[in-house]
Amino acid sequence: MTDAIHIHVSINGNTVTDSVIPRMTLLDFLRYKAGMTGTHAGCEHGVCGACSVIFDGDPVRSCSLLAVQANGKSVMTVEGLSNADGTPGTLQEAFQDAHAMQCGYCIPGMLVSAHALLARNADPSLEDIKEAIGGNICRCTGYVQIIEAIQLAATRLREALK
Amino acid sequence: MNEHPGANLKFVSRKRRVREDKRFVTGTAVFAQDVNLPNMKHCAVVQSPYPRAKILSIDASLALAMEGVRYVLTGDEFRANANDMKFGLNTPEVKWYPLAVDMTRYAGEWVAVVVADDPYTAEDAAELVEVDYEALKPIIDPEQAYEEKDRLVHPAHGSNVLYDGHFYWGTVDEDFVAAEERLSYRVRWGRSSTVPIETFGVVARWDEAVDILDVWASIQMPNYVELLAATLRIPLNCVRLHQDVDVGGSYGVKRGIKHSVIVGYLSRLLRAPVRMIEDRLINMASGDAHGPDRIFDTQVAFNRDGKILSLKIRALDDAGAYPGRAPFQLAKPISAIVGPYKINSVQYDAISVLTNKTGQVPVRGFGQSPTNYMIETAVDKVARHLNLDRIEVRRRNFINHDEFPYQIPSGSKYDSGDYHTVLQKALDAANYDELINRRDAARAEGRLAGIGIGTCLEPGGGNNIFEYLMNPSAEITTFSEGAEIRVDPDGLVTGVVGTTTSGQGHETLVATIIGEELGIDPDDIRVVHADSLNAPITRSPVASRMAIMLGSSTAAAAQKIIAKAMKIAAYNLQEPEDDLEYVDGSVFVRRDPVRKLTWREICFIAHKAYHKMPDDMEPGLQAQHVFQVPGGGQLPDESQRVQIYPCFSFQAHIPYVEIDPGTGHVKILDYAIGHDCGTMINPDIVRGMVIGGLAHGIGAALYEKFAYRPDGQFESATFADYLMPSVYEVPMVKDVDHCTPSPLTSHGQKGSGEGGYLGAPAAIASAVNDALHPMGVSIHELPMRSYLIENLLNGGKTDP
Repeated sequence: MTDAIHIHVSINGNTVTDSVIPRMTLLDFLRYKAGMTGTHAGCEHGVCGACSVIFDGDPVRSCSLLAVQANGKSVMTVEGLSNADGTPGTLQEAFQDAHAMQCGYCIPGMLVSAHALLARNADPSLEDIKEAIGGNICRCTGYVQIIEAIQLAATRLREALK
Repeated sequence: MNEHPGANLKFVSRKRRVREDKRFVTGTAVFAQDVNLPNMKHCAVVQSPYPRAKILSIDASLALAMEGVRYVLTGDEFRANANDMKFGLNTPEVKWYPLAVDMTRYAGEWVAVVVADDPYTAEDAAELVEVDYEALKPIIDPEQAYEEKDRLVHPAHGSNVLYDGHFYWGTVDEDFVAAEERLSYRVRWGRSSTVPIETFGVVARWDEAVDILDVWASIQMPNYVELLAATLRIPLNCVRLHQDVDVGGSYGVKRGIKHSVIVGYLSRLLRAPVRMIEDRLINMASGDAHGPDRIFDTQVAFNRDGKILSLKIRALDDAGAYPGRAPFQLAKPISAIVGPYKINSVQYDAISVLTNKTGQVPVRGFGQSPTNYMIETAVDKVARHLNLDRIEVRRRNFINHDEFPYQIPSGSKYDSGDYHTVLQKALDAANYDELINRRDAARAEGRLAGIGIGTCLEPGGGNNIFEYLMNPSAEITTFSEGAEIRVDPDGLVTGVVGTTTSGQGHETLVATIIGEELGIDPDDIRVVHADSLNAPITRSPVASRMAIMLGSSTAAAAQKIIAKAMKIAAYNLQEPEDDLEYVDGSVFVRRDPVRKLTWREICFIAHKAYHKMPDDMEPGLQAQHVFQVPGGGQLPDESQRVQIYPCFSFQAHIPYVEIDPGTGHVKILDYAIGHDCGTMINPDIVRGMVIGGLAHGIGAALYEKFAYRPDGQFESATFADYLMPSVYEVPMVKDVDHCTPSPLTSHGQKGSGEGGYLGAPAAIASAVNDALHPMGVSIHELPMRSYLIENLLNGGKTDP
């Protein structure tokens, strides 16, 4: 057995320090070492996007990264999208208002992708939204209410800046 | 029940947030894989590489020598200590064990399970288990399996035929003689499924102090705890399923009974909690979660005006190696075997065969979606044959709004419907005249363009009598659902759901209906999921049944609460109940409304002031109600005519597609849908179900397939091979609703979880064939993957 490696990762602004085996995925590290169970395993080969997290500013598949690759980096998970007091953020509120989910399992990844979109594009077109969540598979909704939720969040975020 | 409910409803049918959603957007929901118990052990499975082989020996010594490995379980040990898993057919020699015994029956079948301290070690150790096999030639083709006498999936069963049933309702032969026209065709529904994004997972812990097997599972099925107890040879009241675990999607397939009996057995043996979470490869190859795989040979008798008189249907379904409840998916369609049409007679031959493939389980619609594809193909073919408009042929055959309740030849009585109006609403939403211009303009430019017409009936809330139809030793005639409402001394209300939830919004359903009945804001009502030892009676959220069954039982329980409140008020106000009125919790004297008892007063009296209660009244304020399936409860008559489902929702689908002539790729450019599930308890939930089901149907129509090579090797173990629709494959659907209330439920509601999936495959096939029509070709198998269409356009043929 290869020796464990000591890593420290900033997760939602808090540094988590732990020893991991070299082959541990970032997904397993987040879920089982850092206690961030909002991030979910879906296909485990980078197709479905359920495990998406923001990694140094960009959305990535945490199933396809190793925890050791995150050493010294910052990661944001779905838990990090809430306000500081734990209440849902604007995007999370919009997803509720549009009922953009059913079983909810893919939604953390979907929210992360949408968050990354809105961070760089305050007024996304339908095609922009499709491109942003094109790598997130949802089995329940058929995507229509998810698109409507992202449009609603974008509108609210723009209005909040006025 | 009026046609347009709403004016007198406060909460039902109103737009309200879905209370379940908050935990999902904040990442705080607890799924089975989030259950993490001290000293928990982890499983990895050893799979058979052969679709059919004798197991000569299993050597686990190298695996057991690994640090951190605790146990290796084989089929022989399990068989010696537990029972086989029963699935409802009367086929005692088709034995289903969670691990292969003596022989393997499909590629990927589980042969052994390794238990270790962590999942990484378990997977490493699984690779060290050495199994010697003697490979045998598998049986893969279902038609061959039906005829085959020697090469048998379960040799002791004596054939590969699980079920071979023949139904004959009405004057079929006479109608075929009398008809002016006849045609026949074959369609094939490919092996696909629901494939939730969460795989199946389960954690079990045997609590020796109280003799209880605690189970946390990603489960959605009836009889789960019964099956666990019976298989593990423990009393039923020793199994406690924790139903507050969220299930990450199911639509029928979350039935990990084999996983569950393995961890149940191991947790007791090892005196430690044991967890098994499928990885995606296991889930696809050997999670036993495939869906119907069906060939229909159909004959239609009809007149030149387009009126369809009779159908002769032969359905051959490939159940795979271990059928689970799969064969019963041939029986649900009996409840709507003529779809929304007035067809006088039907012959139905339903055959389920065993092959060396992964087992099939119930999938959304329980066999109705393939059947609807077959029925709608018949209508399109009749229209083409007579050169009549496809919509007009449907209108001529639809049951009229004033003909309900309407009994079809198989005995099913449809509760209500307005098919003409819903179809018209869908056509209006599609802008149908303009759509035709668009299609014709595209064709004029040399493009392949087509409009689809598809309708469907969604039977909901059934009574399980289909089981008796296929196995007369199973005299099961109900599938009831219980509700429980508790009111505390402060007057606050808690509803209890007796089952798991997998996206259907049961908590919102219960809160909305309690709120409506009691006149209390649903946001002030708590709803909890009881564990299975605490729960009201439930048959689980299958068959589009919870709005119908849990909704109606909840309403009835609330009425019991009101009845008791009225008695307490009558006693304290010293007025006859007939002179009192219950309004939003308080009870008033009708002729003198100043005199009243408030909700808080009633609740206090009920819990604490026994001296203010009527004589002999039971203290407290809570109620249970178990709702019986409306109209059901009777065994079939001598002609096998039977009422299985009480409520029938309806949808009309109008997709517009264009096909790339070079690649055969189908692009859905527009999609309109009209849907009628009676009263919508929560319109956002219904809309999500309708569009989500539709998207699932797009997958079944165009992409999704569990493919097998002729040698029995499985080819679709990843999402890159199986192909589920992404946002690029699902258009922005134009949806329009209609309400024809059911007379059989508390608020006129019907089911809505399946209709999108029932209608879309038929409608998309209709659109594709409309697009191909000018080229003189047509396709009659699903999924209609690009290469099949490309092949057709290049002069080839498909052979469904």
